[in-house]
Amino acid sequence: MAFPIEVSDLRKSFGSTRALDGLDLAVARGEVHGFLGPNGSGKSTTIRVLLGLLRPDGGSATLLGGDPWRNAVDLHRRLAYVPGDVTLWPNLTGGEAIDLLGRLRGGLDRRRRDDLLERFDLDPRKKSRSYSKGNRQKVALVAALASDVELLLLDEPTSGLDPLMEAEFQACVLAAKAAGRTVLLSSHILAEVESLCDRVSIIRLGRTVQSGTLAELRHLTRTSMSVETVRPVPELAELPGVHDLVSGDGRVRFDVDSAALDDVVRHLSGAGVRALTSTPPTLEELFLRHYGESVPEPETAR
Amino acid sequence: MSALAGTGALVRLALRRDRVRLPVWVIAVVGLLMSSVVSVTSLYGSTAEREAYAGAVGDNPVAVMMGGPGAGLPSLGGIVVFEVAIVGYVAVGLMSLLLVVRHTRAEEEAGRTELLRAAVVGRWAGPGAALVVAGAANAGIGLGVGAGLVATGLPAAGSAALAASFVVFGLVMATVGLVAAQLTEHSRGASGIAAAALAVFFVLRAAGDIGGGTLSWTSPMGWALAVRPFAGARWAVLLLPLAAAAVLTAAALALLDRRDVGAGLVAARPGRATASGGLAGPLGLAWRQHRAALLGWGIGMFLLGAAYGSVGESVEELVSQNDALAEFVAGSGTDLVDTFFAVATSMTALVVTGFALQVAVRMRGEETAGRLEPLLGTAVSRGRWLAVHLLVAVAGSTVLLALGGLGTGLLHATLTADPGQVGRLTVAALVWAPAAWALTGVAAALFGLLPRAVGAVWALLAAAAFLLLLGRTVQLPDWAVGLSPFEHVPQLPSEAVSAPPLLALTAVALALAGAGLLGFRRRDIG
Ligand SMILES: Nc1ncnc2c1ncn2[C@@H]1O[C@H](COP(=O)(O)OP(=O)(O)O)[C@@H](O)[C@H]1O
Ligand SMILES: [Mg+2]
Repeated sequence: MAFPIEVSDLRKSFGSTRALDGLDLAVARGEVHGFLGPNGSGKSTTIRVLLGLLRPDGGSATLLGGDPWRNAVDLHRRLAYVPGDVTLWPNLTGGEAIDLLGRLRGGLDRRRRDDLLERFDLDPRKKSRSYSKGNRQKVALVAALASDVELLLLDEPTSGLDPLMEAEFQACVLAAKAAGRTVLLSSHILAEVESLCDRVSIIRLGRTVQSGTLAELRHLTRTSMSVETVRPVPELAELPGVHDLVSGDGRVRFDVDSAALDDVVRHLSGAGVRALTSTPPTLEELFLRHYGESVPEPETAR
Repeated sequence: MSALAGTGALVRLALRRDRVRLPVWVIAVVGLLMSSVVSVTSLYGSTAEREAYAGAVGDNPVAVMMGGPGAGLPSLGGIVVFEVAIVGYVAVGLMSLLLVVRHTRAEEEAGRTELLRAAVVGRWAGPGAALVVAGAANAGIGLGVGAGLVATGLPAAGSAALAASFVVFGLVMATVGLVAAQLTEHSRGASGIAAAALAVFFVLRAAGDIGGGTLSWTSPMGWALAVRPFAGARWAVLLLPLAAAAVLTAAALALLDRRDVGAGLVAARPGRATASGGLAGPLGLAWRQHRAALLGWGIGMFLLGAAYGSVGESVEELVSQNDALAEFVAGSGTDLVDTFFAVATSMTALVVTGFALQVAVRMRGEETAGRLEPLLGTAVSRGRWLAVHLLVAVAGSTVLLALGGLGTGLLHATLTADPGQVGRLTVAALVWAPAAWALTGVAAALFGLLPRAVGAVWALLAAAAFLLLLGRTVQLPDWAVGLSPFEHVPQLPSEAVSAPPLLALTAVALALAGAGLLGFRRRDIG
């Protein structure tokens, strides 16, 4: 089972709302997979289908080699889930909620639990109702990370954490990866995805618009360049792959498709390069580019 | 007054949220009351019929428990009061307390009050708006019932007095709800406390009316009846419940001024850092979620049963004092005390079914609150989770019935020096369990198949209560009365046990639960 999660052409509608419209997703064993998309694009719906909480209208989803709907209970012994919006039982303390969730999954590692409580600076003796959003999330995170499972399904797990806790969270995910666990991380925090994820899937309106390693995704985007040359560069604007060219006071600024980078640099050097700055595409630009545009046909770069 | 700033906006918000709920309550209560008024007026058209009615019920303690002191008998207005007033007080009381808790503590528990109080909204605006909304609903019922009574040809003054007694009793229960909402952090707990107060008011009044009337003056329900609508209405008595409502409102606001948003009267203490061994599975969690309620209900049911048990003796005395009645009882072969206990126990059964339904409906609450999702994300199956909650509902309601019967039995056994009564009356209460299970089954089926409609079981319980209490009065056909599961329960101890209907009800409950399970395993969560 090289792919703990394999989803293809998944469709799910709620009445007239089409939440998933042919979504594809493949998460390889041992990787941290980033799951990106704007609000309402279908990330949580996908994860709920994978948990057997929702029944898909079409397409296929395989989780840990099984059918998420029919084998739900057995599969759930092997995974841990952190919902995007954690609601706890108001009259249970955080510690009780952690133990309960752990036991329901088939046990949790006591030492790891206590260590995580310390790292996340969480008081387990407080009643759940008095926890802030971030602390409720910590309860779910501790319960998930302290479980001995193969797969972690994390749905925007850090949206309520402060930067210190965010750093702890990243360390924990990397430790989980080092221990051989697979992680599906739906997130809005691009810096987090950039520093944690091996591969990323970007979805929009219930479809996968791009999927691949960060390097591959970067390849699909443009680098911004600013160049100062001895002589004016002839016909730069006409070169394939060059966009949004602005020139003035001996400098030119433009964006260039990653694929055309080599040709453009060769062309520039003919004019005598005096200074050159290039900014590689950030995930954020990638993200904004996808969401600024109208829906592109799905491209894949696996 | 800045404490009331924003009340108008909150009233509009509440009316917007309850734009369906409020009309439904008003129409249902007015419809419930008017349907029995119409049938009463058609049944007792002649003076002879009215005299016969008054003769039959006036000294009958069972009838007095359910109907009141019978002021105004044998006039038609008096009969109407006897037949509908108490059902009406219970209905407007429940409506009022539920509405107020819904718009105060439930909002606070959900965290929305915090958002509102951060705006230009005064501390008292929420309670103020809740009382305005409850007042409006009661006024609607008062107007509807008043107009209906006059339209059926009853005297205007008496009709107005009866309608007004509904309104003021509703206001008392609204303010009781408001006080309860200050005491506990949970809306369910607040509703439970207020409903327990309603039950106490009923029992005090019933005991008072059976025992000569003095005790009735300790109960707002007794005050409402003391207005004596069609027997020379005593309007001044209305001031008593109004004063009580004012005092209760002041008490609630004083409590509110002394506490934090979201808090109850008792401050939260740190709890356990690790879960005890019992909190290991869905059953442990369900037990933890319901045990406090079960304890509260258990005490309540035992006391309610004990109250009935303590009254049973006076029934016997009354019968022996009244030669005609004693002869009638001896002649008919039925024991009036046993009939009294059978009717009293059927009331307990209706209330206990409320507990079972509360547990069953809670399943949907857990789902929509998002607490089911993380559980089903673990190795807990849907079937196990559903089964565990139904087990709490079924076992819990059975235990509550037993406690009610035990309360009645212990008191009655002590008063009559007959220890055999303990077991006999406990069994008499337990026979009602299959009826409670059947309605629990309906809730389970709805939860599995039509989750959004789960709340409709409350309407079904109300309908079953109507059929049990008034079905015969309004002369519904047998098949219609037979729709209620309670109708099929042998009325112990005055009737003999008979297994087939109990087995049939149990089978219906199982079939419905099975249907719910199948539906639940097939549908989306959330
Ligand atoms: N239970 C539901 N009923 C109706 N619509 C839903 C439900 N769950 C999700 N949706 C809709 O499906 C779409 C995808 O939602 P979701 O998966 O929660 O997005 P994301 O997690 O990416 O923010 C949204 O338009 C949302 O409104
Ligand atoms: Mg989401």
